[in-house]
Amino acid sequence: MSDRNLFAQQEANKRKSAWLVAGFLLFFAWVGFGGDLGFYLYTKDLPPGRYHHDIPFIGLIACTIAALTSRYAWKNGAKRVLDAAGAQELVTPATPELKQLDNVVEEMAIAAGLPKPKIWIVPDQDPNAFATGHDPLTAHLAVTEGLLKVLNRDELQAVVAHEMSHIRNYDIRLMTLLAALVGSIALMSEVLGRFLRGGGRLGGGGRSRGGGGKKGNPAALIVLVLWIITLILAPIVSKLLTMGVSRKREFLADASGAQLNRNPMALASALEKIAAAPDATKGIAKGAGHMCIVDPAEAGLAEREGFVGNLLASHPPIRLRVARLHGMGYLAAKHAGDQ
Amino acid sequence: MKFVILLILVAVVVLWMVGAFNALIALKNQVVNAWKQIDVQLKRRHDLIPNLVNTVKGYMNFERSTLEAVISARNKAVSAQGVAATAKAEGELTQALGRLFALSENYPELKSSQNVLQLQEELTSTENKIGFARQLYNDVATQYNTKQAQFPTSLVAGVAKASPAELWEIEDAAERGVPNVDLSLDQPKA
Repeated sequence: MSDRNLFAQQEANKRKSAWLVAGFLLFFAWVGFGGDLGFYLYTKDLPPGRYHHDIPFIGLIACTIAALTSRYAWKNGAKRVLDAAGAQELVTPATPELKQLDNVVEEMAIAAGLPKPKIWIVPDQDPNAFATGHDPLTAHLAVTEGLLKVLNRDELQAVVAHEMSHIRNYDIRLMTLLAALVGSIALMSEVLGRFLRGGGRLGGGGRSRGGGGKKGNPAALIVLVLWIITLILAPIVSKLLTMGVSRKREFLADASGAQLNRNPMALASALEKIAAAPDATKGIAKGAGHMCIVDPAEAGLAEREGFVGNLLASHPPIRLRVARLHGMGYLAAKHAGDQ
Repeated sequence: MKFVILLILVAVVVLWMVGAFNALIALKNQVVNAWKQIDVQLKRRHDLIPNLVNTVKGYMNFERSTLEAVISARNKAVSAQGVAATAKAEGELTQALGRLFALSENYPELKSSQNVLQLQEELTSTENKIGFARQLYNDVATQYNTKQAQFPTSLVAGVAKASPAELWEIEDAAERGVPNVDLSLDQPKA
């Protein structure tokens, strides 16, 4: 895995996250429209006077909820995250330290060919950084005070390059959208679950009426049962899919960050330093964790590997990220040596 | 029926040509834009140098010839035209600056000056920005050159008036390394 160069790693990560996103959208479509399909099949052979489920209400409502929540997150997401973190915008850098940060961000913006994002300082002593904003023109890049203290210039540049890659790869937009879909899936699962448990008027009513005339359509029953099972599992499955996408985007940001500063070793040593800091980044809200350079939860959590830890983590284990970065650095050094 | 199929084929080809043409033009503009980015940073470097020379002049009275070499390299770089000539002149300027910084090692008072420290960060950053702008320019220019040479886009390259963009080559082997503009003397040099 780690013996591929950074361009190959970028391609592989893009492909994998595209598959995951496609899977997510299919899953959302099934949660939304699967029930409609079941009810449609169930009611289509009923005599003309009966209820016919011709309009996919459930799916349409799900899409509306998802659209509204994403729109809200789109408009207010960046501001909410920055406010919650108590971030201060860096307008005129007063100290040499801040001037250096300002310079480093400008350097990485040039390397990425993007406008310079707004810079924010989070008053937190734990080293961490995150990016937000829905496209490169409205991007914000925030670092904690702790980060500025712990890292040297090259490492700071590497962390900024990683965040700049999130901006360039439209990861924030992607993750905001996925979070909105997860939210609406959870909401639907809750509401429909309650509805079906409490009397199950649609299904139950149909069954009694259907039983009077002819047998219910078996395909319709299978679809409905499958759909209800998915509905119960939906919140956890959607969460797992999002975390899968998030981890792929982290690897991608590591690899494309290394393309910006051409120094994967600097990010590796920055990650090791950040991981060594024991505290959680309290200033950064839990919901914003997937935008950070490392998970803002306590350092111990970022290190859990194993099956469950991997599935639920927004970031890949730091050990693995460092190993891949070393792989890139080793290839680059070998390449330079060959010339 | 045959006529309809033919029409669809022609439409597909025309649409593809328009797409390929536009993609080439977009890349061409990116190349021009990336070059402008380098220009901005080079100008910044040219503006910083008189400042640097004035600041260190007091400390380095005996190195007049080195300071003059920096100034003359800067003036040559300012008036250079075209990618190759600019690259050459800027390379010479980098070397002259390198000599100045190497000599500055002999003047311990330099490192204690707040002015010099600030100037050092500015110069480090400007050197970096030039490097990254050059990296972006070379990346975009390579993409543009590959695109216009590749079949089938090469068929519309003539229509789009695409010609290979000149890359910014680094001639000097020493310059391939990271430019070192560290004025502080407490860290050992590699």
